[in-house]
Amino acid sequence: MSIRERLSGNEAIAYAMKQINPDVMGAFPITASTEIPQYFSTYVDNGEVDTEFIPVESEHSAMSTCIGAEAAGCRAISATSSCGLCYMTEMLYVAASDRLPITLAVSCRALSGPININNDHSDAMGVRDTGWIMLFAETNQEAYDNYLQAMRIGEAVGLPVMICQDGFITSHAIENIELVEDDKVKSFVGEYKPAHYLLNKDEPMAVGAYATPVYYMEAKRQQAQAMIDAKSVIRKVGAEFGEMTGRSYSLIEKFMMDDAEEAIVIMGSSAGTAKQAVKELRAQGKKVGLVKVRSFRPFPSEDICAALAGVKAFAVMDKDDSFNGHCGPMFAEVASSMFAAGICGPKGISYIYGLGGRDVRVESIQKVFAELEQIADTGVTGETYRYLEVRE
Amino acid sequence: MAYNLKENLEKGERLCGGHRMCAGCGSPVAVRSVLRALNPEDHAVVCSATSCLEVSTFMYPYTAWKDSFIHNAFENAGATMAGVETAYRAMKKRGKIDGTWKFIAFGGDGGTYDIGFQSLSGAMERGHDMVYVCYDNEAYMNTGIQRSSSTPHFADTTTTPAGSVIPGKIQQKKNLTRIMVAHNIPYVAQTTFMGNFKDIEEKAHKAIYTPGPAFLNVMAPCPRGWRYPSEKLMEVTKTAVETCLWPLYEVVDGKYSLTYEPKKKLPIEEYLRLQGRFSHMFKPGNEWMIEQVQKEVDRNWDELLQLCSLGAVAAR
Repeated sequence: MSIRERLSGNEAIAYAMKQINPDVMGAFPITASTEIPQYFSTYVDNGEVDTEFIPVESEHSAMSTCIGAEAAGCRAISATSSCGLCYMTEMLYVAASDRLPITLAVSCRALSGPININNDHSDAMGVRDTGWIMLFAETNQEAYDNYLQAMRIGEAVGLPVMICQDGFITSHAIENIELVEDDKVKSFVGEYKPAHYLLNKDEPMAVGAYATPVYYMEAKRQQAQAMIDAKSVIRKVGAEFGEMTGRSYSLIEKFMMDDAEEAIVIMGSSAGTAKQAVKELRAQGKKVGLVKVRSFRPFPSEDICAALAGVKAFAVMDKDDSFNGHCGPMFAEVASSMFAAGICGPKGISYIYGLGGRDVRVESIQKVFAELEQIADTGVTGETYRYLEVRE
Repeated sequence: MAYNLKENLEKGERLCGGHRMCAGCGSPVAVRSVLRALNPEDHAVVCSATSCLEVSTFMYPYTAWKDSFIHNAFENAGATMAGVETAYRAMKKRGKIDGTWKFIAFGGDGGTYDIGFQSLSGAMERGHDMVYVCYDNEAYMNTGIQRSSSTPHFADTTTTPAGSVIPGKIQQKKNLTRIMVAHNIPYVAQTTFMGNFKDIEEKAHKAIYTPGPAFLNVMAPCPRGWRYPSEKLMEVTKTAVETCLWPLYEVVDGKYSLTYEPKKKLPIEEYLRLQGRFSHMFKPGNEWMIEQVQKEVDRNWDELLQLCSLGAVAAR
């Protein structure tokens, strides 16, 4: 029987870490993820896990120690937020190119400046091209479930995995949660058995070569292939997790999309708010729906195209901005996916929302749907780059 | 066991030939000396910060390292090795590994005194059982001889050129060895290679086999940056020691002791004259620069002697 509990998102992640009992954790505190290493070091000091905890002097060193430990042959984990994620960015690229399946919990938070400790996705979006698999959670339950799947996915394709949740909104809010029993977690996650590792006395190994132009591009192509391959692995592991728990996962989640004429694409905790907006509009007879992106990397282009091909208008909600002068980063991904697939019918707009913890309410999302309805009716898109509920 | 260079050289190389380091460079000499201090039966993981050493010894698909080796980035050899060493403890605790493994990180002065200093400081403070070896060639040589905080006073580098207004680097060299002593780690030593390599190899052995963190600062000249003929490498290091510019000493549990005392302290000109990077100091009118450096050497040497005499008092 699964265990019913009430946990914050950070507690849920720390609990998943405890159940997995990885070999090494290197971490540095930063709001909103600070509690994760706090909870975890309590498990360590009370002997509830036998993980080696390295209380490093910075996030850069947190990721550096993880790279060293994972290359040495261990499961290595960390947790961070915001500027901490920025500070380890250089090492995120190395972790991915060294093909080290490290697991990093991210409690997403805005970036300076102005300095702000609340939630948006600027930190995660800033590292979207580092070569990490990135899974986003709507709820504490999903954050926990995603974490339990992370090592299976990362180790299968040889890529590191970021498990993202929304800072404070899920990281600190306490929700009901169903925990998986320890023995089931252990057998689901399994043992880490790398093919090659530094501490193998029978086969010395060299990691982190200098690659000239003759070899560099092949290394990158293999990384690209691993990310492509990750799509089917995420689906497979998500289905297997569903068999164990009754909660299945894929790359995206479609909500009331079957006959939808207007849709929004959204990621993270706001999907919950948006689902409520969709339900209320459906009750009024509006044909609206929602696509929640769970896997941002790899980006589920085929699934999104299939979901949006039949709509008249859609909005992609970005909780961050690219500052490219025309759209948010997820809009760019969605639009390029559809254009590449030859789907040019639906009208799309980019919405920037919820920056630095700006509250997103059911009515906020309904406003977006009202605009989509107008676009669908008139065929006139107007300004495609919009900010939601901002003083201008 | 008495030190014997010939026997040591028969141990077999752990950094093999064929790598691309320059002739007359001190770095591979330092590395080979340190690795010879490993007991042949012991395993090691070696880490290098991004540096000449790294790009010249591990160019895909070749590696010159016979032991397991990891390069991560420029500024994090300390943290990277800390991660590997922690993995060893984690695996040992879980019965997943046997044998004795040692962990040795190398960084140039750029990766150690400057950009990698935080990472090094953290690793030493946390007490990882590892050795960090700085091969100090007193500038960012891999990018083309830019000044570092280890570059000596008045040296001509590409970012402190000896100009008509500013005569080379206007700051003195940072004393990293003493900063590392302040970390209260069990073993810190400053060395270089001269004579029969006894000093560096004995210190490396102590550093590797002292439980806990250890730091070795090795003067490792660069023929391109320092501008000496490559065959004069050993003359440069010997003169650095004989002028008391680069004293050989060790600090065991906080107690300083000299490991070599020059019979006659040579004037600093003899060291400066060997190297093109100081040639502007010998132009008429610049005598004050040499006098200034001599004063700085004298002061540092006197301070060191005082620290060593404190150690001697404490030992009594």
